[in-house]
Amino acid sequence: MDPLGTRSRPLRERLPLPLFAALAAVLPLLLSNEYYITVLIFMGINVLLVVGLNLLMGYTGQISLGHAAFFACGAYGSGILNVRLGWSPWVCMPVSLLFTGVLAYLIGKPILKLKGNYLAMATLGFGLIVEHMAVEWGDLTGGPSGLSGVERLTVGDWRFYTPGIRYAYLVWAGVFLCIVLAQNLVGSRIGRALRAIHGSEVAAGTLGVDTARLKLQVFVLSAVLASLGGALYVHYLGFIAPASCGFVYSIHLVTMVVVGGMATIWGSVVGACILTLLPQVLTFLEDYDILVYGVILILMMLFMPEGVVRGVLAAFRHAGAKVSGLGGAGPRAADGG
Amino acid sequence: MEHLKPLLDYVIPGISLGTIYALIALGFTIIYRVTEVINFAQGEFVMVGAMCMSTCTRTLGLPIPVGFALSVLLVTLLGALMEWLTIRPIRRASVVSMIIVTIGCSIFIRGAAMFLWGKDALPWLEIGSQQPILFPGDIRVSPQTLWILGITVSVVLFAHLFFEHTFAGKAMTACASNRKAAHLMGIPVERMVLYSFALSGALGAVSGIVISLTYFPVYDMGVSLGLKGFCAAILGGLGHNLGAVIGGVTLGLLESLGVGFLSRVVQMSSGYKDVIALLVLVMVLIIRPSGILGPRSNDKV
Repeated sequence: MDPLGTRSRPLRERLPLPLFAALAAVLPLLLSNEYYITVLIFMGINVLLVVGLNLLMGYTGQISLGHAAFFACGAYGSGILNVRLGWSPWVCMPVSLLFTGVLAYLIGKPILKLKGNYLAMATLGFGLIVEHMAVEWGDLTGGPSGLSGVERLTVGDWRFYTPGIRYAYLVWAGVFLCIVLAQNLVGSRIGRALRAIHGSEVAAGTLGVDTARLKLQVFVLSAVLASLGGALYVHYLGFIAPASCGFVYSIHLVTMVVVGGMATIWGSVVGACILTLLPQVLTFLEDYDILVYGVILILMMLFMPEGVVRGVLAAFRHAGAKVSGLGGAGPRAADGG
Repeated sequence: MEHLKPLLDYVIPGISLGTIYALIALGFTIIYRVTEVINFAQGEFVMVGAMCMSTCTRTLGLPIPVGFALSVLLVTLLGALMEWLTIRPIRRASVVSMIIVTIGCSIFIRGAAMFLWGKDALPWLEIGSQQPILFPGDIRVSPQTLWILGITVSVVLFAHLFFEHTFAGKAMTACASNRKAAHLMGIPVERMVLYSFALSGALGAVSGIVISLTYFPVYDMGVSLGLKGFCAAILGGLGHNLGAVIGGVTLGLLESLGVGFLSRVVQMSSGYKDVIALLVLVMVLIIRPSGILGPRSNDKV
């Protein structure tokens, strides 16, 4: 067994994971400000969702415009169990994950038969239904102003949430596991089958891939990852509102996948981090931030339509080829999984 | 007739709302047919149309026809400019990259509108009297509803004539059915893409103007309207002009009848009207995976 893939892969693919682990271990120590730590935590949560969504969108080719709904299920599920029934967060979280998984299975079964834009529409519809329910079902969810007073994570007297650095380590440890899981999945027989579905569902089917089943499994996996993000979110902030898990967030997640690059796990990590950080960096512009954000998004897609990671790698390769005078490196995209 | 009257109270506003959705959906469809891109900035075209109209007629005091022409012209140019600056440079990239670019454009346009017009709503558009008109059978219809129906129906007819009877319209239909073949037949595909964005801009502007008869124009109205238009376009089967119209009217009726059902039959908050509309929509998709007018086969992507 070689779960971290340390032996079988070339150096280029082996290097990012330890680098990432080192960065995730050191970075929280360098951030003195509690606010930066909070941003780091949100970054980690977004990475969880975006990696899951990329498995579904980038690798399997099944679009979801309602992924925030699963985030909402995780956050509201765990929050409601905790606030209304008084269960411990440690019980609420797995229960809400299980609930989301079952829900994703039940929803995915009929709608994953749809393709392309119709699947986009069905997932969008599902996402909007969840958003509206969160707003309208006030007795349960707290209505438009949100659910507050959710208990935060503790072990005995030891608090996970203050100082925030503890929670940052918890979230990023989850992110690390999620990346290892995703990489192994993508590199495995299942990963090849997923890419085959992306290439041609009919062809994959004739080659003996149970396409319906695999699509459903990936859908459930990415939904559970999203709900994990939601549960981690609600037990850190102690609060969840419909506005933070609605249509806008779903679109934001898809944007992160595409900006990072379809079908690259590290691309998702980078895309999620850039687009979480960008609005924070732009806050000094006050009301103009949304303008600049739009422009940066357009420019990134104009100059790196295959995603930031591939774009930067291609630029490096291009520069390297120029220096060594070969010039024949070509624009082949890196397939760093 | 006595029993039908309450129903009509919901059907008529539903149809008038539905024709607005139909116009927005048509904007989505026109771009989608030529490029396969879902233009997420469509709602922003609607918003800019409404804002311009309000500025022209209420702030600057221009006559309504002049304001109408100016607003439509401006948004048409906006659509063309957006295609020229952002879509054309990446025409070899994947469709999903282009879709993200349209998301970027929509964020930018919304930000620019907030900067230009501020965060507060503008005054709405007033045409003629506000008194409801009495029809035989004690049916009251507000003049706004009649204006909305009149304008939207004539624009839809105009679009139909354009696609069926002009060279540019037929060329765009050719691009929609087979882009490569159209190119080989000497149709300038790139120009058709430009036209499709310009035309979508114009349709968006008209829907925005019509909406400002009943709603206050505000910089962030485009998000929800674009969403409704997108739903309508898919409901009718993306890529069919007639389908967009049917999808829009169906969605409007569903919402309006949903309000009636909720308030009169089950006594629940009308906030659930969107939930009803969306549930029906998802059901339709599951039963007819390619929309009302789409091909019967499941395999159409």
